Amino acid sequence: MIEIDAVERRYDGVAVLSEVTLSLPKGGLTAIIGPNGAGKSTLLSVMGRLQKPDAGRVTLQGLELSRASGREVAKKLALLRQDNHTAARLTVRDLVGFGRYPHSRGNPGPEDHAQVTRALATLGLEPLADRFLDQLSGGQRQRAHIAMVLAQDTDCILLDEPLNNLDISHAVRIITLVRDAARQMGKTVVVVLHDINMAAAHCDRIVVMKGGRVLRHGTPAELMQAEFLSEVYETPITVHELAGRLVAVY
Amino acid sequence: MSPEIRNRQIAWRMALLVVLALAAAAAFMLLQARGSWDFLLPFRGRKLAALAVVAVAVALSTVVFQTVTQNRILTPSIMGFDALYVLIQTGMVFGLGAGRVSTLDPRLMFGLELAAMILFALLLFRWMFGPRARNLHLLMLVGIVLGTLFRSISGFLQRIIDPDSFTVLQDRLFASFNSVDPSLLTLSALLVAGLALVIWRLVPELDVLALGREAAIGLGVPQERLVHGLLVLVTVLVALSTALVGPVTFLGLLVANLAYLLMPTGRHAVLLPASALIALITLIGGQTLLERVLHYDTALAVVVEFAGGLVFILLVIRGVAR
Ligand SMILES: Nc1ncnc2c1ncn2[C@@H]1O[C@H](COP(=O)(O)OP(=O)(O)O)[C@@H](O)[C@H]1O
Ligand SMILES: [Mg+2]
Repeated sequence: MIEIDAVERRYDGVAVLSEVTLSLPKGGLTAIIGPNGAGKSTLLSVMGRLQKPDAGRVTLQGLELSRASGREVAKKLALLRQDNHTAARLTVRDLVGFGRYPHSRGNPGPEDHAQVTRALATLGLEPLADRFLDQLSGGQRQRAHIAMVLAQDTDCILLDEPLNNLDISHAVRIITLVRDAARQMGKTVVVVLHDINMAAAHCDRIVVMKGGRVLRHGTPAELMQAEFLSEVYETPITVHELAGRLVAVY
Repeated sequence: MSPEIRNRQIAWRMALLVVLALAAAAAFMLLQARGSWDFLLPFRGRKLAALAVVAVAVALSTVVFQTVTQNRILTPSIMGFDALYVLIQTGMVFGLGAGRVSTLDPRLMFGLELAAMILFALLLFRWMFGPRARNLHLLMLVGIVLGTLFRSISGFLQRIIDPDSFTVLQDRLFASFNSVDPSLLTLSALLVAGLALVIWRLVPELDVLALGREAAIGLGVPQERLVHGLLVLVTVLVALSTALVGPVTFLGLLVANLAYLLMPTGRHAVLLPASALIALITLIGGQTLLERVLHYDTALAVVVEFAGGLVFILLVIRGVAR
């Protein structure tokens, strides 16, 4: 589904991604974890063709990103960035409506309206639908941006720290939501998470990054090892089994 | 506020703007009509058309520029664009000499100036709004410095130029709201109408571009190509309006920000016509008021610049430029 082949990315000569090679099959929820500055956001924006890699390439469903038309990719892949600032004066409904642009090109039909309504409902945004974005709390705004990504209705969804600013109830709702989308609707979902336990409990695969490289890629059971995690985060971490789950304690 | 109420509010305000613009045009044509209509009608009609062309060009170019560059305070004029146009005009006359210039077809001349201007403008933009975002205050400063630089070079060239060339140049440069250059009016009107149509067809893309570079790419808009294309349109619009009435620094800022203030929406289908109507009202209404009612002859540019300048200072103080 997504093939990342020897991708490199440098800022001012400093490598931020080096030789990143990853293959993510269709369907399933993949978490990317790793310390700050590991290159997670950079990798996601290269995967979402917001940045061009300095070397290597990314293919999506056999489509090479650097060659494909932007619109073609936008129908297959949606991306939530880590910080979403919009200067334009928009209501929540307006923003979510933009998710339909790749399909409707600014001329929405009944199907587009239905998708927007569904995305608003899924994120519990109906009461806020006609508020302007600058009248929302950080978490509410985050949910509005997630709803926009869902409205885009793509096979592949990339979310950079989607649980930022969210309370426990919304965080659990959203991670469950994307997990169900991955398992039941066959979507390929990649999320950057900071909460290792959230990743272990809900994701099918975990990619661990540090210093611009992928250290390991495997199932939660394979990667939830005290020694390995302590090394990655340079912090003492122990792993325990609790209520049938592997839980990292730090 | 429910979307129905908001849409109704927008519709009412737009209707009000249309009525005011029509009233201003009617007043401009009809007030104090002394003398024969055979003379007055074409005379005033031409002037009205020129004001309308300038209003639309300035309003559209400013709103599009601000959307593309993601800010509400920089405008093409503040970035020194119309000063650049004056410099190119001066440079042409200086380089080619008055004899050659006065025999050239003004439209050909205009085409040459436009080509030079687009080239320079795109280079400037590439540096200013390239992949690495630059600080808005720095850009503002650079724009003001560049504008002054362009004006000083123009002034210097005008001083050392031979008297014949200067006379030719003076004819072109001292266009103002009161002495519109008639040779370019039809061409400008057609061009502005054509460009307005192109911009109108790009309204959905402009809405997406307003979300920012990354969001626009994410939604599949060919961001880079579109931004460059739109900047070329903006450049042509600025050149057209400057050719007709000379540089006006703050008009665009004034009308664009009034449109944002008046219309509670980010949709360009609303913002573009609203800003154009506000510009029409400002220019035509202002000209009527000053010329026909108060009998000040050269004051429109001064008044518009004063009001626009106040808005600029207000925006800077209120921290819109973050
Ligand atoms: N625009 C930029 N210019 C220079 N360096 C950058 C830029 N963006 C990110 N970096 C650097 O790249 C590294 C990886 O950043 P990022 O991908 O955001 O990390 P993460 O999301 O894992 O925290 C960091 O060291 C960061 O400082
Ligand atoms: Mg990050």
